[in-house]
Amino acid sequence: MNFRAVRAIYLFEMARTWRTLLQSIVSPVVSTSLYFVVFGAAIGSRIAEVEGVSYGTFIVPGLVMLSVLTQSIANASFGIYFPKFVGTIYELLSAPVSYFEIVLGYVGAAATKSIILGLIILATAALFVPLHIMHPWWMLTFLVLTAVTFSLFGFIIGIWADGFEKLQMIPMLVVTPLTFLGGSFYSVNMLPEGWRTITLLNPVVYLISGFRWSFYEIADVSIGLSVGMTLGFLAVCMVAVWWIFKTGYRLKN
Amino acid sequence: MTPIISVANLSKTYGSGFKALNGINLEIKRGEIFALLGPNGAGKTTLISIICGIANLSEGRVTVDGHDINRDYRAARSMIGLVPQELHTDAFESVWATVSFSRGLFGKPKNPAHIEKVLKDLSLWDKKDSKIVTLSGGMKRRVMIAKALSHEPQILFLDEPTAGVDVELRKGMWEVVRALQASGVTIILTTHYIEEAEEMADRIGVINKGEIILVEEKAGLMQKLGKKHLKLHLQSKVDAIPASLAAYGLELSDDGRTVTYDYDTRGERTGITSLLSDLRAAGIRISDLDTSQSSLEDIFVSLVKAS
Repeated sequence: MNFRAVRAIYLFEMARTWRTLLQSIVSPVVSTSLYFVVFGAAIGSRIAEVEGVSYGTFIVPGLVMLSVLTQSIANASFGIYFPKFVGTIYELLSAPVSYFEIVLGYVGAAATKSIILGLIILATAALFVPLHIMHPWWMLTFLVLTAVTFSLFGFIIGIWADGFEKLQMIPMLVVTPLTFLGGSFYSVNMLPEGWRTITLLNPVVYLISGFRWSFYEIADVSIGLSVGMTLGFLAVCMVAVWWIFKTGYRLKN
Repeated sequence: MTPIISVANLSKTYGSGFKALNGINLEIKRGEIFALLGPNGAGKTTLISIICGIANLSEGRVTVDGHDINRDYRAARSMIGLVPQELHTDAFESVWATVSFSRGLFGKPKNPAHIEKVLKDLSLWDKKDSKIVTLSGGMKRRVMIAKALSHEPQILFLDEPTAGVDVELRKGMWEVVRALQASGVTIILTTHYIEEAEEMADRIGVINKGEIILVEEKAGLMQKLGKKHLKLHLQSKVDAIPASLAAYGLELSDDGRTVTYDYDTRGERTGITSLLSDLRAAGIRISDLDTSQSSLEDIFVSLVKAS
């Protein structure tokens, strides 16, 4: 194991985070605060309690997940896409590092960044609404698991993308709709029966449901199912990454 | 002595079906400067990319100091420093950070003293805190060399290292290369400046259309393939070469005062002695003479044309 290489990649990526502090941390916090103002205060004041908690409080876990998901993908996809784009990937490919070490460095840094971000958003939310976390360890477990899984997913997108448009396409066309339809702003139980069934095909539902359960013990699906689905998606991403490196897909010609 | 790099029956076919390399066999000797020459698209960069792990090979085997580049990639790659042809740099990093990053990536412990020496050798020390985006092209090229040298490689690949670098800087760079060779580093370079290969290399390989068409000691190559030209300056102007001298294939200059004779140093007889006596017989007197040898460039052009 080339730990020095993992460390070098990790620190290199984290240095990029601090260098671009404004767009990597400040802007997601600002946009989440806007959600609180619009959905929590303006619209939320006209909505009754959802399953026993005020609407503003109800949407907190969903909003945190929304940011963690999108930022994990954005961080990790950009992190690996950029060296491909400017050509510095040559160094990574010619270095005595294994694929596992490359992934560990990049995905580790991307996940770290979105976990920090998630915690900052949570702290910001506490300024707007009273927060109570019933299962803090489960909360952290879901946060870390989600950050890692979607950073891995972002890494795959970053390798697949051969232009900036494609880099944006998956997050815009797939992830954002899935997150919005994944119960960030409502309980799946509020939907009519037919839509409810369709919604259960959305993997994000399980993440948000599990995450929300760790706060309020309110869940759309059982906690076991939430953990299982998250681990399942993690496994799918791992297999995809393994295949990418085995074949050299879009990395080596 | 065992070769430091050994390439056996190496072929590379791209997904498009284009065969970039075709059955390459090549051995690089420990400690030499090897120049790989070839026209654009001959396969130079593909060959380097495969040895360094950037491209997959289709057939054949490559070993670096006995380590298979696929099976034992860690050992193989940690010996190699690569300076690619294109200027690929992280724009917003400082010179110091990017060079230190390379050392870490290759699994070497921190060594600020070594990085300092590399930057000083390449005249980059005063730029160590500058962002790479602010540097000139020649400086960026040197940053890439510094990155390759940061992890103390035993083999250095330089793919067109002096393209776009001014004369002064080029000389400085070659001094660095010579010093590296003196410290035991094996250097493989590709270049378009043939005089550079002629000046620097111990051995020369010529590649064309994905095949190695020649590998020779530079001195031997130039002697072996070198044609010499004998230039005779005449005492008085002649209007035409006399018929008695037709067999020599002489060339008369426009002013009628010099005659050039091409001969082959490989030949048992150069024909010079008989030419001189035949000239005297024809009444042509000579005031001066000089000989010159064809450059590597002439050799190269004739080789590539022939293949």
